Amino acid sequence: METQVVIIGGGITGVGLARDLALRGVSSLLVEAKDLCAGASGANHGLLHSGARYVRSDPAAAVECRDEGALIKTLASHCVEDTGGLFVAVEGDDESHIADFPGLCARCGIEAREISVADARSLEPVLSERLIAAFQVPDAAVDPFHLAFDNLSEALQLGANAMLHTRVTGFDCDGRHIHRVRLRNELTGEETAVAAAQVVNAAGAWAREVAALARIRLEMSYSKGSLLITDQRLARRVINRLRPASDADILVPGGTVSIVGTTSIQLDRLDRIVPTIEESEAILQAAAVMVPALATTRYIRSYAGVRPLVASSPGDGRSLSRGFALIDHSADGIDNFLSIVGGKLTTYRLMAEKAADLVCHRLGVEAPGLTRTKPLSSFAANQWTQAGLSPRRWMQAGDPEDLLLCECEMVPASAVEAVIAGIRQQGGSVGLNSIGRRSRIGKGSCQGAFCGVRLCAYLCDRGERTGRQGLEDLRSFLTARWRGMRPILWDTALLQEELQEALHCGYFGLELSDRQL
Amino acid sequence: MTAREPIHCDLCIVGTGMAGMSAALFAANRGLRTALVGRTGEIIFATSLIDLMGVHPVESGTVWADPWAAIAALVRDQPRHPYALLPSEAIRSAIDELLDFLEANEMPFRGHPDRNVAVLTALGTAKTTYRVPLTFWAGVEARERKRPCLLADVQGLKGFSARQIASAASTSWPGLRTTRLVLPRVAGSGEVFAERLARALELDTHRRLLAEALAPHLAGVEAVGLPAILGISRSVAVLRDVEQRLGMPLFEIPTMPPGTTGLRLKETFERGLGAKGVTLFLENRVLAASMPSSGDFVLEVGRIEPELTIRAPMVILATGRFMGGGLKADRQVVRETLFDLPVHQPAGRAHWHREEFLDPRGHPVNRAGVCIDASFRPLDAAGRPVHARLFAAGSILAHQDWMRMKCGSGLAIASAWAAVGQAVGRLGRRKPPSS
Ligand SMILES: Cc1cc2nc3c(=O)[nH]c(=O)nc-3n(C[C@H](O)[C@H](O)[C@H](O)COP(=O)(O)OP(=O)(O)OC[C@H]3O[C@@H](n4cnc5c(N)ncnc54)[C@H](O)[C@@H]3O)c2cc1C
Ligand SMILES: Cc1cc2nc3c(=O)[nH]c(=O)nc-3n(C[C@H](O)[C@H](O)[C@H](O)COP(=O)(O)OP(=O)(O)OC[C@H]3O[C@@H](n4cnc5c(N)ncnc54)[C@H](O)[C@@H]3O)c2cc1C
Repeated sequence: METQVVIIGGGITGVGLARDLALRGVSSLLVEAKDLCAGASGANHGLLHSGARYVRSDPAAAVECRDEGALIKTLASHCVEDTGGLFVAVEGDDESHIADFPGLCARCGIEAREISVADARSLEPVLSERLIAAFQVPDAAVDPFHLAFDNLSEALQLGANAMLHTRVTGFDCDGRHIHRVRLRNELTGEETAVAAAQVVNAAGAWAREVAALARIRLEMSYSKGSLLITDQRLARRVINRLRPASDADILVPGGTVSIVGTTSIQLDRLDRIVPTIEESEAILQAAAVMVPALATTRYIRSYAGVRPLVASSPGDGRSLSRGFALIDHSADGIDNFLSIVGGKLTTYRLMAEKAADLVCHRLGVEAPGLTRTKPLSSFAANQWTQAGLSPRRWMQAGDPEDLLLCECEMVPASAVEAVIAGIRQQGGSVGLNSIGRRSRIGKGSCQGAFCGVRLCAYLCDRGERTGRQGLEDLRSFLTARWRGMRPILWDTALLQEELQEALHCGYFGLELSDRQL
Repeated sequence: MTAREPIHCDLCIVGTGMAGMSAALFAANRGLRTALVGRTGEIIFATSLIDLMGVHPVESGTVWADPWAAIAALVRDQPRHPYALLPSEAIRSAIDELLDFLEANEMPFRGHPDRNVAVLTALGTAKTTYRVPLTFWAGVEARERKRPCLLADVQGLKGFSARQIASAASTSWPGLRTTRLVLPRVAGSGEVFAERLARALELDTHRRLLAEALAPHLAGVEAVGLPAILGISRSVAVLRDVEQRLGMPLFEIPTMPPGTTGLRLKETFERGLGAKGVTLFLENRVLAASMPSSGDFVLEVGRIEPELTIRAPMVILATGRFMGGGLKADRQVVRETLFDLPVHQPAGRAHWHREEFLDPRGHPVNRAGVCIDASFRPLDAAGRPVHARLFAAGSILAHQDWMRMKCGSGLAIASAWAAVGQAVGRLGRRKPPSS
């Protein structure tokens, strides 16, 4: 196997880079250890930042978000819900912070318009009665899955390649040069290698481990963030708390739900990134000050991601901006290796562009980057993460033979077929988890308890899975869904969990080993 | 409040799950004037398999063939399990009495004397249970003898794939063949619902169509398995009729809930208990109850607003857990919903569930519940009965995890039997109410 560029990591940065390179005519192979968006790109808040959040702490990052957010809104509008956003303060919040806010925004060129408290509450009735100030900003909501999948699909269409469930396990070096990247298929254990001219480490929080494979030390720290998903959408707009960035001060709409968070917890290891009960309590209590309904609403799930923070001191030439780091590893003794880490979902395009610029410079490719002007193509197979799409399509088509495999989110067999076709095209593996990641299956109130069984039967029927594989698949699906359920199990969610356990343990006995079959 | 003429009875049973229904039967059989109140929401989720005791210790996932030995081991290791209050003769009498009633009401059960059986599930796993509806029985026997069988599923019936079941079960039961039935004239086109199909198969013409669809696939097989679709109220007659047409044994496999199996139980109980003179308040809840230290319990019953009042000297609480509504959790604590009885529970939400869903030890909150004395009376914080004439039965009881131990219905039936026995004993001793 051979390619010009190996991209390590199938998060938004990696897929964005694959597309950018493909548009310049450079061939690449993207390798992802798990599945697309398995890291932070599938565990973030989905906020397309206007930049207003960073005007005080990091004006450079604020300007970056302002520009990139505006670009994504026009170039990938099909992945964005341009909701607009509010910054609000409640009684007790720092008055001087509020007073400074419009000026700081103006300095960064971010439009922030003060509105009366009454107007804010009529725009968003869920806001607290104790509101004391409100500003409108151009925040928006973005579907990170849709955005990532379309980036990869366009890259693949232009000739790039991808291998999912494939981990980079080592580099064969030759002096100052990586000449082969060693790979292992995580599902089959099969080992292969690929020769490449350039290697890009876009492994997010795992970039330190990947760099270490080339004996390069990357100083990083990790910050875990957890979020909670409500079962109803509470607000039309993004709502931010107007105070120095802190825990649980943003509520972002995500289609038919709202997402509230985040926490920020320093981690020193990456082996267990799960949201905890303590975090869910902390989020709920803090956010309820801004939106009181958050104390009583039903939650459907929680999740957690890790932000990689690259420890780079200014002046060492490595830090491109305080938002992200592009690290040229020639300084570390390897000339065809670079790492691109940190940043935001909002700035992924810029990160990919900067990384591609360096790769192309090294390859002697002169083609300019096109992602600043070329709209992102939209692919039918990738649209099913949008809430409300499959019910709409299903009802329009009116085909009674097209069975709803997921009843909570109304996902029919035809949508599952489209998703399966997309997985094949991406080089992925067809199973409950990969289909769930690319659709709304398992995301409704049953959290997979019922649709998991229906989908499992469907896949076995289709010959995608043997009976035993189906059982394994179902176990791993329920295990993954559980991590996000555990922190919110009280009241109705607990009742739902009991039904799930009655079915999967009481009846099916999934907790017992298959030796008892 | 407008004065309503209260309904008087000897015993009011709250809850229409397996425990409440069984308690009503036992009470009626003992001549108590009995009222039964509950929504029928939960029992329709049941598989109708009667588990007695299957897995102990749950940590090791040890499956027992002999449920009585399993209970003995359980009681030795976990003396606070409610089975510890129930001698095996009591459990046996309870189950026999219940099964006699179900048989008399056209829902006969089968099993091996004193042995558990294994039932093929809709995922192809084998579930250990004690007694199964007769309509499942040929499958248990065929599996034991590894007979070549045909498994058929139905186009449009979701969550049930014969191919998946046969494939998952293939190592222990190799001779399974599969087919898919297309039955538009029985169940319509598009999505097929088990209940609708089952009710359709109560008609002769539909059974003929079913038999005709199966006929071409019978060469070389000795029995036929289907999802549980063979009628609702007359399942045995439907089964026998189709067996006769096919000339071989037929068996059902429970589908994903809510299916037909729970519905059959519900309808059978309702019919049979009504005939025994139990006063039924179905689709109703007890909305409020007062518990005077002497005199009758006063229970306000209705759907949303109180519609009637029941006065009874004795109450059996069989309201189940979270799903049934007997327990409710907020973010901090688990409460009992009707009398606010003390609930034995782990200290705080952080300890309710384990980090892995399928952790073999089970989740600690599953063992939360109401603690009882040897007379099945809920205890207060000091360990004394809350009330001399208040009893509890079924899954609301603490110190058991029926989902992991596979003791759900057995415990519900046996504890109901014991609670009724206590109630009968106490009726005589009660002082007449001073008017
Ligand atoms: C809680 C939270 C909330 C956030 N909210 C927002 C927000 O609202 N708006 C915003 O703009 N940004 C947000 N961010 C930031 C944003 O999510 C990240 O900046 C972005 O997703 C990073 O993408 P990435 O591709 O660099 O890394 P990742 O998405 O983490 O991708 C790295 C990938 O590399 C793979 N990998 C690791 N090791 C190997 C290996 N050896 N071989 C092959 N593959 C490997 C991993 O499996 C993973 O899929 C948030 C982040 C977090 C954690
Ligand atoms: C998916 C599933 C699979 C199962 N599989 C099996 C199996 O394979 N084998 C087996 O043996 N058992 C099985 N069961 C059944 C289970 O064993 C029994 O449901 C369990 O033992 C609990 O019985 P219960 O009567 O105590 O409680 P529940 O069945 O929960 O009944 C509680 C009743 O109380 C009522 N109630 C609650 N509050 C009030 C109120 N205030 N006023 C009036 N009524 C009230 C509810 O409406 C309900 O009718 C299964 C159950 C489910 C849900």
